[in-house]
Amino acid sequence: MSTDSYTALVNQPLGRTLAKALGLPQPVTLRRHAPGAPLVEGSVLVIGGGPAADRVAEQLLDWGQDVRRHPAAQDRYGAIVAAFDDVGTPADLSSTALQLGSVQRQLGPSGRVVTLFKDPAGTPDPAVRAARKGVEGLTRSLAHEMRQGATANGIVLGEDVPPGAPGAIGALRFLLSARSAFVSGQFIPVSSADGAAPRDWDRPLAGRIAVVTGAARGIGAAIAGILHRDGATIVGVDVPAAGEGLADVVNALSGSALQLDITAPDAGERILAHCRERHGRLDIVVHNAGITRDRKLANMDAAQWDSVIAVNIESQLAMNRAFLAATGDGVVAPGLRIASLASTSGIAGNAGQTNYAASKAAVIGMVSATAPLMTGGGTINAVAPGFIETEMTARMPFLTREVARRMNSLSQGGRPVDVAEAVSFLVSDAAGGTSGATLRVCGQGIMGA
Amino acid sequence: MTENPQPQTPGAAAVAGGALRQAVVIGGNRTPFARSHGAYASAGNKDLLTAALNGLVARFGLQGERIGEVAAGAVLKHSRDFNLTRESVLGTVLDPSTPAREVQIACATGMEAIGGLANKIRLGQLDSAIGGGVDSISDAPIVFNDARSVLMDLNRARTTRDRIRAALRFRPGHLAPEAPGTEEPRTGLSMGEHQARTTHRWGITRQAQDELALASHHNMAAAYERGFFDDLLTPFGTLTRDNNLRADTTLEKLATLKPAFGRDLGEEATMTAGNSTPLTDGASAVLLGSEAWAAERGLPMLADFVDFETAAVDFVDGDEGLLMAPAYAVARLLQRQGLALQDFDYYEIHEAFAGTVLATLKAWEDESFCRERLGLHAPLGPIDRSRLNVNGSSLAAGHPFAATGGRITASLAKMLHEKGPGSLGLISVCAAGGQGIVAILRGR
Repeated sequence: MSTDSYTALVNQPLGRTLAKALGLPQPVTLRRHAPGAPLVEGSVLVIGGGPAADRVAEQLLDWGQDVRRHPAAQDRYGAIVAAFDDVGTPADLSSTALQLGSVQRQLGPSGRVVTLFKDPAGTPDPAVRAARKGVEGLTRSLAHEMRQGATANGIVLGEDVPPGAPGAIGALRFLLSARSAFVSGQFIPVSSADGAAPRDWDRPLAGRIAVVTGAARGIGAAIAGILHRDGATIVGVDVPAAGEGLADVVNALSGSALQLDITAPDAGERILAHCRERHGRLDIVVHNAGITRDRKLANMDAAQWDSVIAVNIESQLAMNRAFLAATGDGVVAPGLRIASLASTSGIAGNAGQTNYAASKAAVIGMVSATAPLMTGGGTINAVAPGFIETEMTARMPFLTREVARRMNSLSQGGRPVDVAEAVSFLVSDAAGGTSGATLRVCGQGIMGA
Repeated sequence: MTENPQPQTPGAAAVAGGALRQAVVIGGNRTPFARSHGAYASAGNKDLLTAALNGLVARFGLQGERIGEVAAGAVLKHSRDFNLTRESVLGTVLDPSTPAREVQIACATGMEAIGGLANKIRLGQLDSAIGGGVDSISDAPIVFNDARSVLMDLNRARTTRDRIRAALRFRPGHLAPEAPGTEEPRTGLSMGEHQARTTHRWGITRQAQDELALASHHNMAAAYERGFFDDLLTPFGTLTRDNNLRADTTLEKLATLKPAFGRDLGEEATMTAGNSTPLTDGASAVLLGSEAWAAERGLPMLADFVDFETAAVDFVDGDEGLLMAPAYAVARLLQRQGLALQDFDYYEIHEAFAGTVLATLKAWEDESFCRERLGLHAPLGPIDRSRLNVNGSSLAAGHPFAATGGRITASLAKMLHEKGPGSLGLISVCAAGGQGIVAILRGR
């Protein structure tokens, strides 16, 4: 992993003074999740006039949080939840928005703002849709205004989804927690009342069998590690040539290694056979394996184009067909959860990555079209990482890397663990109300914002 | 001896009056094999064996598991590695309370380790076991015998005068190392020179040897291409495949090589670097278990380890070839198991030299050899050559002495499992000292 020495520097007294004087970015070390750590550091302010605010406050009290319903000038907040579920026209945004502004400076380091509103597409009424859509703009702009590692994100409730639905509660917890450290300016759609709260929020994947492709290193190894921390048994998959790294990863997690080229026509079947034989079941699939073959399109040859498409998307389509066909055979769990790795390149595009961006945009399309095919409460979602500090980004030229890692609201690159936390959330029952969506883990990178 | 042979408790071990049970091959793992003084020049026996074990643990999810026993060994090893296998086990993520022991019978070390463990499983003494081996010519113990005697005298000296006297005996020439070779101590001939005589005696042609070598490379390359080794091998260091493998070799290229052994035979010398195995570094491990142990863990059962047999020949004073012992062992094993040589779906005959395989096959077809030497009424007969070393053997992969048995056992078990229940495979591994081990596996 590349080391962000600038962030280290500006977190020293002298460096902080210098950065401030010169008007340079001042990234802070983000709070990250550790089992047993408090959900929020400090009290949580819940504002807004609709039924959602009451439900959220009740839930937070249930989680043992110090909940405040009225702003007070002397309070310091770890998080602020602003419910806009009852807005009927853009003028209705005013009171809650301004109340939010009045306490903005009282939000602590790595603080959280979570807005809650109903899906704009859920209403034909122009004024209502305008008001709901307005919350998006408010949330995104507020995310840009956040300081000291704080983030702002939204939860978008489907028209008939109550604010107490498991998916809404799950999204709330994820966004409030340090698990969402590098997620900002994003929205989690909760389109159904499916899903369930885990028995233990620190082990939401207890007893699950999870297949992670590309698990030998980087983001894949981090995903395997976080899924295992959250209770899952890991089946690590990677190409035979990466077997040594794969063995190290799974041996540290008490999992099993399956050396396999995912572009093989029978890859899905071989994964199923492994899970059937060893574990008797398959609950979670994380399509993480991916490659880059960067060239300007004018210089791209067929091998470079085709291999990226084959590995990054065609293999996933083929494996999903095998998994969906096997659903209900006693091995694939009825509520199968799939997470697939997209990329902000697939959203914004990136020079030199036409093949990669095509494959990653294709992933976003694939998950949205596969969602309705999932049966038994199963879900499929994508995670789109932005600039993440990995071996791959460590090889970027210094200046390109330095610019890339600062071009987001948190002024730093994310870590593989940040992507892994988002994946672990999306494959948990707590995200059961979300399917077909793509969640960006990019610190609100300006690319494709 | 108890008078009542009935088991005292249900499922009692055979050694406690119960029935014998099957020992099954669950799977295997090995490092890619590397030509010596190359890719693994800086890795030692312990590094390689630990890597092979860790890859096996990862494949079968054995982290923290207490395995009944791990048996392995190396043909060439430092005296400091007296507990090589135990030390390697301690370097893995296996339960540290997994016992381990050393095994050594030259090139058949891996087979002896696996066969002995299988017997313990059959007897009910073990539920699980890992057998294998490792060798690193690059990590071979170099001996300075002359310097050693001076240093030992120096160590034994009690007075300053004795010490000076001992030290003065030291000469720069004493630092000339004696590398371990493949010479037979009793004949002074290398293994290749021994085989050159056997090859010549049996009239094995250069053409036949080169064809066998070619088939080995092509068969192994094809096996890699179709992913056969995906679950048999874990990369190590810079290698993802055996670096001795030459997928593009041809009979023409092999024909250009000059004889490397039996040069005293002049024009009749046939053994080259192309149809002989090079010195190689690598390690292998095979997971064995009882049916119940495998089933409880949802582990595959590829094949039963049916039986094995060791033989030795008198190559010093007698007139048998150094590497001909497997010819004898197979005859005895077939007789014990009531099988004919033609009953097998696959034959895995270790290619120490192409000449070894071809001389052995020819001996089994030879009436007088089978009658006079093996004591049979009729020759064992020919085998279907299309069933021989179908995924390549040592000529292509290389031959890290003690690791070869594990390589063959795991590959054959997988082949038999793919072939189907009841399929039969024969393993034959020759060894230095005029010895050899052969074994039978049955697919499941």
